[in-house]
Amino acid sequence: MKSAVAGLAPAAPARGMTGPLPQILGVLRKVLRSPVGAASAAVILAYVLVAVFAPVVAPYAPDATDLGARLRPPSAEHRFGTDGLGRDILTRVLYGARVSLLVGSLTVAITATFGTVLGVLGGFYRGTFDAVSGRLTELLLAFPYLIFAIGMMAFLGPGFANLVLALSLKGWVEFYRLARGETLDQAEREYVEASRALGQRSLRTLFREVLPNVLPSILVLATLRVGYFMVLEASLSFLGVGIPPTIPAWGSMIAEGRNVLFIAWWVSTLPGLALLVLVLAINLFGDRLQEAFDPKRRNR
Amino acid sequence: MSKVIKRLVAAVPVSLGVAIVAFLFLRFLPGDPVEIMLGDTNVTQQQVEQLRSEMNLDRPLLEQLGLFLAGVAGGDLGYSIVKNQPVARLILDTLPATIELTFFTILVAIAIALPVGIVSALKAGSWLDRLVLGTTLVGVSMPAFWFGLLLILLFSVELGVLPTSGRIPAAVLVPDRTGFMLIDTLLAGDLRAFGAALRHLVLPSLTLGVVFAVVLARVVRSSMVEVMGRDYVTTARSKGLPERVVVIKHALRNALIPALTVTGLQIGELLGGNMIVETIFSWPGLGRLVVSSIFARDYVVVQAAVMLYALTYVAVNLVVDVLYTYLNPRIAL
Repeated sequence: MKSAVAGLAPAAPARGMTGPLPQILGVLRKVLRSPVGAASAAVILAYVLVAVFAPVVAPYAPDATDLGARLRPPSAEHRFGTDGLGRDILTRVLYGARVSLLVGSLTVAITATFGTVLGVLGGFYRGTFDAVSGRLTELLLAFPYLIFAIGMMAFLGPGFANLVLALSLKGWVEFYRLARGETLDQAEREYVEASRALGQRSLRTLFREVLPNVLPSILVLATLRVGYFMVLEASLSFLGVGIPPTIPAWGSMIAEGRNVLFIAWWVSTLPGLALLVLVLAINLFGDRLQEAFDPKRRNR
Repeated sequence: MSKVIKRLVAAVPVSLGVAIVAFLFLRFLPGDPVEIMLGDTNVTQQQVEQLRSEMNLDRPLLEQLGLFLAGVAGGDLGYSIVKNQPVARLILDTLPATIELTFFTILVAIAIALPVGIVSALKAGSWLDRLVLGTTLVGVSMPAFWFGLLLILLFSVELGVLPTSGRIPAAVLVPDRTGFMLIDTLLAGDLRAFGAALRHLVLPSLTLGVVFAVVLARVVRSSMVEVMGRDYVTTARSKGLPERVVVIKHALRNALIPALTVTGLQIGELLGGNMIVETIFSWPGLGRLVVSSIFARDYVVVQAAVMLYALTYVAVNLVVDVLYTYLNPRIAL
């Protein structure tokens, strides 16, 4: 635990006494102390709380229809108005946070883990394994992301698990490339050679020395990818190939509102605004994180 | 020159891989492709068997793959059972609409991104620069389809000045010669139709153009900031050259090289966004064909169109890489 204390020092050098993991903690602390970092973290936290406690905070049930109150504009009774089936839009927006956050975080967890492990192994050991995964990433990179996901979802069919699968099948590539590049970079440094010279087993060197030094950039990428996956999910649900319409999701809510755009502006715009604010907060947080890890990148 | 050839050769296995992935797509279907595509239509078992054999689905998988690749190489992308037409025909019919829209999208994107990126870089750190960075970050976080709906709300619902669907009013008849509405209306000598076609282009190209411009402006800006600090810019300034000449002749030309590469990669977002925008604005192009084919269970069309999108992406990046060597001969591919 003593290393965690060392991490308190802001902007600790990457190596030396402190080590990379305390450095990550220190950087997080620094980001949370900056106004933008704190504000965006607060917004993200609010969304997470809303998603978890949706049944408590939502004024209505998400699927409660009221055909007598269809397409009502925002009012004291329905703060965000109602949709074509008389459902309360605020309620559905609150519940929609669940899908977005789940898809975003789950996909990032899967792709970041898979991609990083593969990339670190490939960059460290090279050889056939590295060559094969390299070819595979080239192939996946040939597909624009949304096109690949639409193609996969067209054939797999809508659904939560299929959606995460379709996004993950391609999403690991960026993590792989970043992890591999950073590992190649680290493997040439003295501390790796030193630990090899000391006769340490290479797997130990890899996980104890190399991986922790690769983690900061992976963390930045992971943060930014959460927002990206959320927008992708919303795009797919908007097109009708993502989350099935029975589950409240922002993308499909926007799609429903599209048909009544000329008479009820609130049906589409408000779920979209909810998505925009969340993704913006995540991107701002990721931006600050990147800056804190790598101050040289400021102003670029 | 040999670098270019090497890069060309490297694109071959990737393109082949793309075709194989597209081929495999049909195998992800939960069940028999023919039966799924026929849906609830009344057909005899014999007709199903016949279709299956026409699509080569009764042969071993590797042979199917071989036949598929041979077909693709010869321009045969399969046959749409649903629309009763060759897939290649369907795609060719929609392509002009998509090309027209993409052309204007890129035009809008460059027209916004270049000046904004340059000015922001020249005034790096100022309130203007911060405003640009903040606005573009909002833009990056914004789903394209939502932005499109906002534009419809503003320009069509509130102001009532721009059309929101299709390429031309249904009442206007223009003989189809090239498939490009702007060219066809001019060939017909119908200036009012030309104007109408132009007005139909505004919202869809603005939607995707702005979303693309936001990314592009950030790239141009960071690239310019870096170049402006280089020695040759200082040298050019110390020679007493006017700032405009320094910025445009010395800085911008060099800044555009890295910007070009990033743009090539971002074209993927543009191609994906194309499907969304065409769906929102009922634009009868390739993207809308894909989306409508998904719901018509016309999977052969989806397969071919996805492949075409990916191959376009590969080709664009190939062109960008080759351009890169011309612009900066020191770079080895």
